[in-house]
Parts: sequence; C-alpha cells; structure tokens
Amino acid sequence: MRAVNSRATYGWVAVLLHWLLALWLLALFALGWWMVELDYYSAWYQRAPWWHKGLGVLATLLMLLRYIWRLANPLPDHEPGIPAYQASLALWGQRLFYVLVFALALSGYLIVTARGESLSVLDWFVLPATLSVVQQEDVAGWAHKYLAWGFMVMVLLHTVAALRHHFVVGDKTLLKILGRK
Amino acid sequence: MFNRLLKTQCWGIVLSCLIVLPAWAEAERYIIDIKGQHAFVQFKIKHLGYSWLLGNFKKFDGEFNYDARNIENSDVSVVIDTASLDSNHAERDKHLKGSDFLEVKKFPKAVFSSNKVVATGKESFDIHGELDLHGVKKPIVIQAKIIGQGPDPWMGYRAGFEGFTTLRLADFGITRDLGPASTHVELQLYIEGVRQAKQQTGGSEFFE
Repeated sequence: MRAVNSRATYGWVAVLLHWLLALWLLALFALGWWMVELDYYSAWYQRAPWWHKGLGVLATLLMLLRYIWRLANPLPDHEPGIPAYQASLALWGQRLFYVLVFALALSGYLIVTARGESLSVLDWFVLPATLSVVQQEDVAGWAHKYLAWGFMVMVLLHTVAALRHHFVVGDKTLLKILGRK
Repeated sequence: MFNRLLKTQCWGIVLSCLIVLPAWAEAERYIIDIKGQHAFVQFKIKHLGYSWLLGNFKKFDGEFNYDARNIENSDVSVVIDTASLDSNHAERDKHLKGSDFLEVKKFPKAVFSSNKVVATGKESFDIHGELDLHGVKKPIVIQAKIIGQGPDPWMGYRAGFEGFTTLRLADFGITRDLGPASTHVELQLYIEGVRQAKQQTGGSEFFE
C-alpha cells in the first residue's frame, strides 16, 4: 500500500488520518457531552475538560495536517456511473466537515480564553488568549454546542451514504477509504 | 416646683418641635453612579468550605431616596443584568449563567425593591424588600450602613452606602449541589449615589 493517493484508491496516510480522526472526533463529542453533566464533586469534573481541551487542540492540528495532505495529493476518481450532482455533493460534504471541525476548534478556544485565560494543551504547551469581548463565553458556547450537533448530523449522513454505496449500490467507495482497490 | 415642671415640659415641647420639624423635609433622590462606576454588586460563596469564591455583576442600575433625618422615608430599587456575572473565569461564568444556576436567558434580570427601611443604629439600618431572582420573588433584609456623604469636587453631591445580605440558593430555586458549605451566598453591595436636582413645580428659585 502506497503512502500517497492514486487515481484508484487512497494511500495509507489518508486512510490512517481518516479513521484516526473519525474515532478522535467522535470521542471528543462523547467526552464533551458527558463532561458538561458531571457533578461538581465528581473526580472527573476538572480532568474531563482538561482532556477535552487538550485532545481538541491536537485533533485540530491533525485536521490541519490532513487538509495539507489532501491538497498535496490527488483524490481518487469517483466510481463510474456516479451522477455529477452526487460527486459535487460529496465534495461539498467533505469541505463542510473541514469547516465544522475548524469552527468547533475556534469556538472552543474562544470559550476557554474569553476572560483572557490561556488554554493549556495537556500541560504540554499553552495557547494564549487573543479575542476577549463581552459575553464571549456565552456566544462561543452556544456556537460550540450547535456546531457539535451539526457535525454529528453530518457524521450520520456520511455513514449512511457510505453504507449505501457499499451495500446498495455495490461500488468501491467505502473500500477505497480502507485502502483497497 | 409645679411651675418649674410645667416650664421644662413646655420647653420640652418646643424642643421636640424643633427636632421634628426638619423631618418634614423630603427625602432626596439619588441615582446610582453607574457612569463613573462607583458602585459594586459582589457575591461571595464558600468553595468546598475551604475558601471563598468572589464574583460580581458588572451591569446594574438603580436609584434611591435617602432621608438622613428620617431613615424610614428612604427607599431603594436596583435592577441587575444577570448575564453580566463575572467571576474572572470564563468557563465558570458560562456555567453559572447556564441552566444549572441563574438561567440568565430565561431570567435576564434580578430586581430588588425595598418596602420598608428601619433604623438599627445611628448610621445603620435594615432595608426590607423583595428580591426577584431566578424567577422567584422573596422578601429579604439587607443590613445597610451609610459610609459617607457630602459635596463632590465636580459640583455634585454624593452619598455612599454598603449593604450585606445572605441568600439561601435553594430559596431562589437554585438547587444544584455545591456541597454542604456552599448552600448560601453572601451579597455585598457598595453603592454610591449622585443626588438629583429637585424637580421644580413652578415658580422660580429666586422667590423661594
């Protein structure tokens, strides 16, 4: 299996980044959903947000790396017989995923840094605050929540579409992101 | 003997008239100095029972009538913008403003208005009134004290007060468990008011 993409299928770098980020982002959603309901006296009350913030920033960096990799690589050809509107829908769906992830990252960062506090990434390095406006944590918090739900809707659509290609249409769309030809 | 007694009593009546007389004067109206922000609404709650957590509401407004000679003539009303809560930590502020605590979207304002002021000392008094917080209206008592009053350097006249009260969070429908040491919150108010010119009811100042 080659590292770079070919016209026939994805290379292992793209495959690895896809599945790693898929698991990572779903875990972030679950962690975020769970942690906001924690009791004040839970041992995870401080640890869970610490992980959520750190893993969130690292996922964003990985997503950035993935975008660069995507730009530097050709995309495999679409399966024959796919109508043009579906091809363009797929492309815009992928773009929307990138936009959602970066917007989630930005809104999360703006919550943490709303009062000028910096964001510690797993006590490894620190992102300084920049923007700090009135009620920033409320607006950014609202955006973060609904972007996350928007992301999950996209995950659902994406999964249904992938399964449809595999089981109903019977083409290689799903196999390609597993690196198979 | 009887005569002297009568005389002193007469003098007593005259004297008491003189003392009571100024009480006819009206209470002066003051507006809280929001422009110069010489007013603070702070809260303080125990953290785990080991320390204090402090925060404040940045946006509020109000006015009071203050009658130094007859404190019972005084009254005060304050409206607080609950979304302006600031405890110097964005994530906590977001939490405190959210559905676990103040629900500021649903209850954007907290209102206090007094209905009775009772002197408790020469410079101290209790302000009885109703606090409308988190959708619950309850009578509370604020222990208040005048700090000082007098002309300011900018042609105005000011009076400053401090007030303290303690609220049980559950009384106002805030039932999120913060631990046994943190069931009550203390409110500390430091309010400076600028006296307002009396409204003229006709005639000119010259002839008064």
